Amino acid sequence: MPLLRLERVSRDFDVSRPWLNRLLEHEPRRFLRAVDGVTFEVEAGETLALVGESGCGKSTVARLIVGLYAPSEGRVEFRGRRLQMIFQDPYASLNPRWRVRDIVGEPIRVLGTSARVADMLVQVGLSPDDGDKYPHEFSGGQRQRISIARALGGEPDFLVCDEPTSALDVSVQAQILNLMSDLQSRLGLTYLFISHNLAVVSQVADRVGVMYLGRMVELAPAATLFSRPRHPYTRMLLDAVPDLGMSGKPRTPVRGEVANPLAPPSGCTFHPRCPHANDRCRGEVPAFIDGVACHAVAEGRI
Amino acid sequence: MLDVRHLRVEFPTRRGTLRALDDISFSIAPGEVLGVVGESGAGKSITGLSIIGLLEPPGRIAAGEVRLEDERIDNLPPEQLRKLRGRRIGVIFQDPLTSLNPLYTIGRQLEETILTHLPMSKAQARERALGLLREVGIPGADARFSHYPHQFSGGMRQRVVIALALAAEPRLLIADEPTTALDVSIQAQIIALLKRLAAERGAAVMLITHDMGVIAETAHRVAVMYAGRIVELGAVREVIHAPRHPYTAGLMGSIPRIAARKGRLVQIDGAMPRLNAIPPGCAFNPRCPRRFDRCLVERPDLLRAGTSLAACWLHAAA
Repeated sequence: MPLLRLERVSRDFDVSRPWLNRLLEHEPRRFLRAVDGVTFEVEAGETLALVGESGCGKSTVARLIVGLYAPSEGRVEFRGRRLQMIFQDPYASLNPRWRVRDIVGEPIRVLGTSARVADMLVQVGLSPDDGDKYPHEFSGGQRQRISIARALGGEPDFLVCDEPTSALDVSVQAQILNLMSDLQSRLGLTYLFISHNLAVVSQVADRVGVMYLGRMVELAPAATLFSRPRHPYTRMLLDAVPDLGMSGKPRTPVRGEVANPLAPPSGCTFHPRCPHANDRCRGEVPAFIDGVACHAVAEGRI
Repeated sequence: MLDVRHLRVEFPTRRGTLRALDDISFSIAPGEVLGVVGESGAGKSITGLSIIGLLEPPGRIAAGEVRLEDERIDNLPPEQLRKLRGRRIGVIFQDPLTSLNPLYTIGRQLEETILTHLPMSKAQARERALGLLREVGIPGADARFSHYPHQFSGGMRQRVVIALALAAEPRLLIADEPTTALDVSIQAQIIALLKRLAAERGAAVMLITHDMGVIAETAHRVAVMYAGRIVELGAVREVIHAPRHPYTAGLMGSIPRIAARKGRLVQIDGAMPRLNAIPPGCAFNPRCPRRFDRCLVERPDLLRAGTSLAACWLHAAA
């Protein structure tokens, strides 16, 4: 049984101009659909990664799951014990006026779990004495360790990680990714891992969902997605990753930019950038069938 | 084209002088892209800023020299340096919004830059500005000419900044994290653009970034920085495939690559030392898996290692 299930979840944001402007300029209310009919499940013990560029809705999905936003449509079902979240910016997510001991101790106190602060700190590779210090005394990587320790204090079985290493240097990123994978096997955690970095995702994920302008366009086991990407957007993203091996392999040049989410293109929202788009793509939203939402794939054109 | 010799930058503070850069030497040839890579605080941005004379006081160049086309530029008076920037040195920063004036149309900003540096009529400047916008790949350049920066997307803004930096045909282009704020698909476009322009115009490019992938795609040679010093300098292919400094080796191992399945990354334990706590000997020694006695007491200079240079005692001639 899946630990988490999202069923046709959508979320709209009201981006209308102020009431007086609307009245005087006869403007209607405007809504931005940040997440549009997203369905997926996360099984216990696995890591599901969501990837996509800015504005694709991946962070909104994270916030919908932990309850920071309520869905406008659809439902989010969580059948596990407890969710915790790790945020991107380890500078903004820790209260600078609190000692580390109080930061890490807060969920333990509030939720009444049996965890101990010192144990949590040791578990993430810090020393129990670090509890007396303030966040500014730590580097970015150590602060992210503190965030993880705080999340673990709530004794969660599910962690939502929103770009947990994007603000970190690569060598520190490697430390944190390794730590997260150790914790997963030791504590049996389930992760929803959100990232814009495909290489990072390929190192941590069991399954990967690719999002574009609020919709899930492809969802597949990581091994399949990285070796045989199907959706043209997934292929484009993979082609855009800088090639560290310097193999000099030919690549399709990336075209265009993500469209304005306030006025998304008709039909498949990727069609203005897609080399395989035809009239059907421009007119009809592709259904999500068998792990991919693409007319060209469904018709066997690519 | 650009020649930096034994550059040292210091920041005097109440608790003593901090050495932000020490003994930095490198050169860039016309048409060449030199990548400068390192983690935050390694000194790569300070290197760029000291070359263009934009160090924030009290930071100052304490030793060494910077030469552009055989002319010393580190000791020029501020007014002459200001003329140099824009004319002979173009600069691209990470955040395109900081380089653009929000109150002027991008056309006006381009024209003004061209008129300041080149002897041209207003009509010629406009023509050139339009040509630059087309060259950096802005669709509908004629219509976009009278738009303001906020009407452009992040990727398009960075293209405008590149057009601005190229406006006066600079001989040296310094790009500090030009793609870091952009999405991967846009990043690939900007990298391709920078590469093409450098090759076509024969400008020397100094590309500062924390992203080894960007370097691999763009640069000919790379300088790896750690704690204010260059620890390895060599051809990109050489540095990536056969790193000579243990730090470079660890850094390369810790970069995630597209893999078929999950795995552990090589990690370098610890963190880069702060400037006020640089250990004696080699600054990397507390994190180095291959350190020996000499590393703890004596600081290595760049030594020949294969075709590269590496500041590591492993390469000392026996």
